[in-house]
Amino acid sequence: MILAGQTPLKVSIAATLASLLLLGVVFELIRSRRLRERYALLWVLTGVVLVVLSAWRGGLNTIAGWVGVETYPPAVLFAVALLFILAVLLHYSTVLSKVTDDNVILAQRVALLELEISELRAAGPPEEQAPSPSRAAAPAAPTR
Amino acid sequence: MKKLAIVPALNEERAIGGVIDEIKAFDPTFDVLVIDDGSHDNTAENAAAHGARVVRLPYNLGIGGSVQTGFRYAFTRGYDLVARVDGDGQHDPSQLSALMPVVLAGQADICVGSRFAGPGGYRSSGVRRIGIRILAGTVSLLTGQRVTDTTSGFQVLNRRAIALFAQDYPHDYPEVEAAVMLHKHRLRLAEVPVTMRERAHGNSSITALRSVYYMTKVLLAVAVAMFRRRATPLEDA
Repeated sequence: MILAGQTPLKVSIAATLASLLLLGVVFELIRSRRLRERYALLWVLTGVVLVVLSAWRGGLNTIAGWVGVETYPPAVLFAVALLFILAVLLHYSTVLSKVTDDNVILAQRVALLELEISELRAAGPPEEQAPSPSRAAAPAAPTR
Repeated sequence: MKKLAIVPALNEERAIGGVIDEIKAFDPTFDVLVIDDGSHDNTAENAAAHGARVVRLPYNLGIGGSVQTGFRYAFTRGYDLVARVDGDGQHDPSQLSALMPVVLAGQADICVGSRFAGPGGYRSSGVRRIGIRILAGTVSLLTGQRVTDTTSGFQVLNRRAIALFAQDYPHDYPEVEAAVMLHKHRLRLAEVPVTMRERAHGNSSITALRSVYYMTKVLLAVAVAMFRRRATPLEDA
């Protein structure tokens, strides 16, 4: 029988260990350069918040009291974790959108440059370029 | 005056040659730029054989990304006027004669050929017609101007419109959101009645189910577009 409004010690220990493991993995990924700091920031924040809430039982009980969770304070831990996961996912969506936009611009530039190269090739190599006005392919210089 | 015809094409090897020939026949001073949006057939080769310049996108960008490639080209190469003609042959280039004077006379920055603005023989399936109606109604409401055909890619644009779209152009079904963009930038849009042809070859990229999906997406995009920051058009150097 669990006392109402208290976090069991075992739950606290297990949650703390799990959160520390998460922090450790994130740290290792950053160290080995498999995770850019920019994207790691949210994960580090998630880990730190979870460690603090897991280890500091009094704090978790108090916060649970604030938000009206009376029977089982660790539920707050789930809720906070869920919230951070949502934040990370949303962040990914914005990153993905940016990468998509960048890819479009890149594809357009590459395609236009290829056309320009083929036009320059068709105009002939510079040394044997005969001054024939009919073959002068679109000499208008790009504005930037 | 430098004039460019932008022709977006995806797997249109059978139609593309005719489209290019018709544009040249209408006005030989048009430069024709075909944007091949990652075709798996001989679209690019056939277009080049008919005397068009061809931009080959490395992978499929969709209609918005393709057309914007054309606008970027037109902008950096200093074109004064762009005509957009679809590569599937449903637009009749000779009808550019109705669109061009509106822009050349300075009455509008962009002139759109509308299937519904006047008498026309165009029929589309029920779902699509309802979708087109809803989109047209929404855009009319948002821009305070009667717009009848928000899905028409048959357009003539002046340099101001080219500069705006070279910088920022919507992705799917771009004409709808573009109409709202034009309104926010205080560019003037005009519609002229045209008739469009049945597709000669290939299938339309839009099926009934997908049109519902697209319409939802476009309505969301349009709603958001009203609150978006205005893009800064590219400046002439």
